[in-house]
Amino acid sequence: MNAIILSALLGVVMMFSGIIIKEKSALKYIAAAGLLLLLIANLMHTYGIYQVRIDTHGLLDFQKFGLFFNSIVFAATLVYVLLSGKDIENTGLNVAEYFALIFFVLCGVSILSAYNGLLMLFLGIEILSIPLYILTGADKRNMKSNEAALKYFLMGSFSTGIMLMGIALVYGATGSFGMTPPPVNPVTGLYQGSFLEVAGLLLLFVSMAFKVSAAPFHFWTPDVYDGAPSVFTSFMATIVKAAGFIAFIRLFAGHTTILGPTWKIILSFVIIATLLIGNITAVFQQSVKRMLAYSSIAQAGFMLFALYSNNDLTQEGILLYTVAYSLATIGIFAVLIKMKDYTYDGFNGLAKKQPVLAFGATVCLLSLAGIPSTAGFFAKYYMLAATIKEGGAFWLVIVAVLFAAVSAYYYFRVIQAMYFKDGDAETHGPISNGFKYALLLLSALIVLVGIMPSVVLNWLYF
Amino acid sequence: MPIQYYIYLCLALFSIGIIGVLTRRNAIIVFMCIELMLNAVNLLLVAFSKMHHGAAIAVNPASQTGVEGQLFVFFIMVVAAAEVSVGLAIIVMLFRNTHSVDINFLNRLKN
Repeated sequence: MNAIILSALLGVVMMFSGIIIKEKSALKYIAAAGLLLLLIANLMHTYGIYQVRIDTHGLLDFQKFGLFFNSIVFAATLVYVLLSGKDIENTGLNVAEYFALIFFVLCGVSILSAYNGLLMLFLGIEILSIPLYILTGADKRNMKSNEAALKYFLMGSFSTGIMLMGIALVYGATGSFGMTPPPVNPVTGLYQGSFLEVAGLLLLFVSMAFKVSAAPFHFWTPDVYDGAPSVFTSFMATIVKAAGFIAFIRLFAGHTTILGPTWKIILSFVIIATLLIGNITAVFQQSVKRMLAYSSIAQAGFMLFALYSNNDLTQEGILLYTVAYSLATIGIFAVLIKMKDYTYDGFNGLAKKQPVLAFGATVCLLSLAGIPSTAGFFAKYYMLAATIKEGGAFWLVIVAVLFAAVSAYYYFRVIQAMYFKDGDAETHGPISNGFKYALLLLSALIVLVGIMPSVVLNWLYF
Repeated sequence: MPIQYYIYLCLALFSIGIIGVLTRRNAIIVFMCIELMLNAVNLLLVAFSKMHHGAAIAVNPASQTGVEGQLFVFFIMVVAAAEVSVGLAIIVMLFRNTHSVDINFLNRLKN
């Protein structure tokens, strides 16, 4: 409860500080302080110290897993603001509002990690999405940003409509918006969902697949990620996507029995389609930003494994994946924003001109590709290990590993351009020392999690 | 009236909305079709709410079952209003730059 209330309040505080404080560069420090406060408040809630105690009558259910996920998200946002705060300032005139909208998105995230009913799921998704439509169109004079905003908005509200239809059908069949698993038939040992309920759940599945950009509902992702201002793409591709997955997993954890064996067939189809489309299309991209958009679809394919398996390793896996993927993507986007030219050629010879930037980008890319001793390796490892533990899907794991090998191609292409090609990679102005230290710190963090994933996972149990 | 009539009506409205979103090219009309989808859901929720309520008061006349369906409708209305304000702002922003609300303009992103 701490996090939900405080993030909404901080959003309002940011809006007012935009009126009071005329110094634009001060705003990012206020936002960073706010995020730190949010992180502390959430940690206090995790360990049983409440500032506010509100009876939500079962609409919200705070579990340690969700609260810990909140902490990860707030910490990742803090890293994001520290690394890219300056670029948020340069996006447009209304700097305070951008930070305010980021806080509102975080409010949606904290609802999604704790919802215990379809009403709160709907509200959480909307609180998450509506600020994002605005952030996508933040660069008002840029046509690409406008288009991306309109496309994201139309697709987003379309999928909300589908989700609401799903909720209505589930309500019609069961008479409640609750999430508790339905009673089991004493004779067959299975719960036979009525036609309405199964149809409703499938519609919910489709709309959630839209939100996390799983194929075949991914088509909006490349355009929106490409068109949005790069700083906000970084935020959308990491924190928002991870929150979508947490909601997705929570929603279907108790409902898979209704769909029966069909569930796994549908899911394997979606996983393979997502991995295939994400990875293969990413290979053919010329722009690094667009490649990262497709790679985020490919990474979503890996995260979908968390839906396939439902055991203790899954929880650890999705948390580790959130950490690894968010840190790496925030890092590589922070470097990308500094570049003048977003194509692969724009990266030629970066290692000679800006060795620190090239090094930071390399660590992030290695982590995304899942190379051992970076965070991405254990993230992928836990996801696949959970699936093997679940049993019956060894072939799916092999397919995933093959696609991970494909992904190495396009990630290494950037590294190759930076280190082994001659050219003059141009950056926007000089790079400040603070940015370099922050990037090195981020790289160190990625390697630390890659060597000892227990530094993250132990928090789940203490 | 039997509940089936409501379900058929709502599904018809919802399908008209989906077809509109997929085929029309004017951003405002697409937007109206999305609103139509949401309103179909509202009607369906109210119908289901009444259905569950009717079943519950037959057993216990003081039952409150079915209220949550109607409550949900209010939340949908509020959220839809928030979406309209953001969506129309985005469409106006696009119109200022292109002097058109045609979605076919949105092809610049596909290299």
